[in-house]
Amino acid sequence: MGEKKIHNKESFLKNISLQLGRSKPVQVERPVWKHQPQWEVHKGASKQELVEILKKQCMLNHTDFYETDSDHLTELIEDTIGKYEGKSAAVWEDPRFDEYGITEYFNEKCSDGTFSYHRWDPKLGEQNIVLTEKADVGITFSDMTLAESGTVVLMSGNGKGRSISLLPVTYIAIIPKSTIVPRMSQATREIHQKIEKGEKVVSCVNFISGPSNSADIEMNLVVGVHGPIKATYIVVADK
Amino acid sequence: MPMKIGTEEFNSRVEKGINDGFMREAVRSAQGRLYERRLNAAEELGNWEEWRNHGEEIRRHTLENLDYYLEQLSDNVAERGGHVFFAETAEEANTYIQNVVKKKNGRKVIKSKSMVTEEISMNQALERIGCEVIESDLGEYILQIDDHDPPSHIVVPALHKNKSQIRDVFREKLGYLNTEKPEELTLFAREKLRKEFLSADIGITGCNFAVAESGSISLVTNEGNARLATTLPKTQITVMGMERIVPTWEDLDVMVSLLSRSAVGQKLTTYVTGLTGTRDDGDGDGPEDFHLVIVDNGRSKILGTEFQEALHCIRCAACINVCPVYRHVGGHGYGSIYPGPIGAVLSPLLGGYENYKELPFASTLCAACTEACPVKIPLHELLNKHRRRIVEEEGMSPAMERMAMKGFQYGAGSPVLYKIGTKLAPLLTTPFVTEGMITNGPGPIRPWTETRNLPEPNKERFRDWFRKREREAKTDG
Ligand code: SF4
Repeated sequence: MGEKKIHNKESFLKNISLQLGRSKPVQVERPVWKHQPQWEVHKGASKQELVEILKKQCMLNHTDFYETDSDHLTELIEDTIGKYEGKSAAVWEDPRFDEYGITEYFNEKCSDGTFSYHRWDPKLGEQNIVLTEKADVGITFSDMTLAESGTVVLMSGNGKGRSISLLPVTYIAIIPKSTIVPRMSQATREIHQKIEKGEKVVSCVNFISGPSNSADIEMNLVVGVHGPIKATYIVVADK
Repeated sequence: MPMKIGTEEFNSRVEKGINDGFMREAVRSAQGRLYERRLNAAEELGNWEEWRNHGEEIRRHTLENLDYYLEQLSDNVAERGGHVFFAETAEEANTYIQNVVKKKNGRKVIKSKSMVTEEISMNQALERIGCEVIESDLGEYILQIDDHDPPSHIVVPALHKNKSQIRDVFREKLGYLNTEKPEELTLFAREKLRKEFLSADIGITGCNFAVAESGSISLVTNEGNARLATTLPKTQITVMGMERIVPTWEDLDVMVSLLSRSAVGQKLTTYVTGLTGTRDDGDGDGPEDFHLVIVDNGRSKILGTEFQEALHCIRCAACINVCPVYRHVGGHGYGSIYPGPIGAVLSPLLGGYENYKELPFASTLCAACTEACPVKIPLHELLNKHRRRIVEEEGMSPAMERMAMKGFQYGAGSPVLYKIGTKLAPLLTTPFVTEGMITNGPGPIRPWTETRNLPEPNKERFRDWFRKREREAKTDG
């Protein structure tokens, strides 16, 4: 497409200004909104209360939910992979996998040749997609977690491929307890504030609330459409 | 090449499987369920009115400063390596998209659900240059496989089809061998479509809301197909109606929350994805090339008029799900891809009165739509404004006008007129149906008149419906 990135802007916007009966404003201040109900949701809830809210919502979202401490985390992952009859996994390149001993656990698990795992490697390019698509289980950490809607927020980049939470048939999210906030508002505020400070937002922010689903056939809910068919969220006490 | 169909073909279509009895039942039960869910989702918040007020103030401010925010958006998209094309018309949008596809030697496009690409007939434009276009939203996929059957609802497009019809379509067209269980049908579609995703050159999406402050676009789905379409293909094209924008991520939160609760009764849909520009270095997936196409196609004509609020719409379908008229006629009766109350407001604005002047009368003015709307668009008032304009512009005689207006009133006290099956008293509407209204209209109607088999049945159904009401009114009064 070459050098010019924006096409037809002037005439298009001029027409809008004309219709609105004024010239295009040079600067627009976002108003102080009169109504801001979002901050009332689970206001003042303690961390443990938020965990309970998250747990309840996960059940509504057809997501299996567990809470554990860092000593028992790999056990729980082992059980979940067993439940999913997983023979292979794909994970992010994320230092938290090392910190929580998961990398070590996987290396061991793979040693007898009955299990394989792929760790996202940006240098491999498209090969990552091929390997992830073959994996039975995708595993990521959560960067932020929304109690109200039972949602993990995943920020792409630096080895955190979008495909991991998307292509495998099952998905496990590991949620450090400290990442839990009441609702989406806290996450989007953080993103907004970063942008105001001149920081770049990552190329892909995913808010994921359980396994993919559809009600397109006679309004019957079917869990598992294009994304994972099953999902487990594990809250873990921070290391 | 237009593919007009005569009465015969319409009849054989009816015989073949379109079953109004089922359609009505399906609409009734879907409306019921969606209504319940939305109500629960709204009530559990305890301060739904506050949310609606906030939604309204955000939409109002954004539309009042639309030129400013669109400029901010486009600058930020370019800053992040994307291309932006401002398209005043459907043709301009399609030509640009065709050129991108040609330049990429694109043979296969995978699409996630998008109303605006339907509105501009993008699929047909791409097919004309020899490109295969595959719909990946489950409902849209079913419709596409069934020889481009048109959608009947903006959130649940295949609402009018039952599972045995879907099984038959899959059997006939795709060699499906399993039962009519939704789980099996869905799994089959998943496997078919996964292959398409992995081999598509280009992903095309709509856009629920663009975010001006960062040049992002957001996609709100349950199935995950929009994620696949923006993760796997090397090129991503996103097409948005020019009003689908919010100033900041904070406002995005509010709009997405309102949309999720109003559309499907969920706190958030399963996937809300915010995408900014092309993939970053070190990502390993996501598009290398990104194009945002911002479409006017008649929207700017609505700005600055008494109908401006129609552009506040976030396409949640809440108004459709409470509408007694939609309940009776179903989505296809409207002859537009935008059905229900919002369709009755928007279709005449985008497609002209000459094509849609009867729609504003296909309403009981019961105001259930206005009450349901998460951004407080006064839908029934806008419908009334249309009616007044139509009466003026059509140069109706005062006598006729009186008759029409009187009709609305006395209908209210005459439930025999039209048994809609709700406690809302229906009002009589006056038929303004003209011959051949749907054969080659501009705007939202064009998709169906170009390649699809819809127009005539629509017209028939609507006309029959009006006539029947007229007859009943006469025998009654
Ligand atoms: S008019 Fe309001 S209720 Fe209807 S689809 Fe648009 S936002 Fe939803």
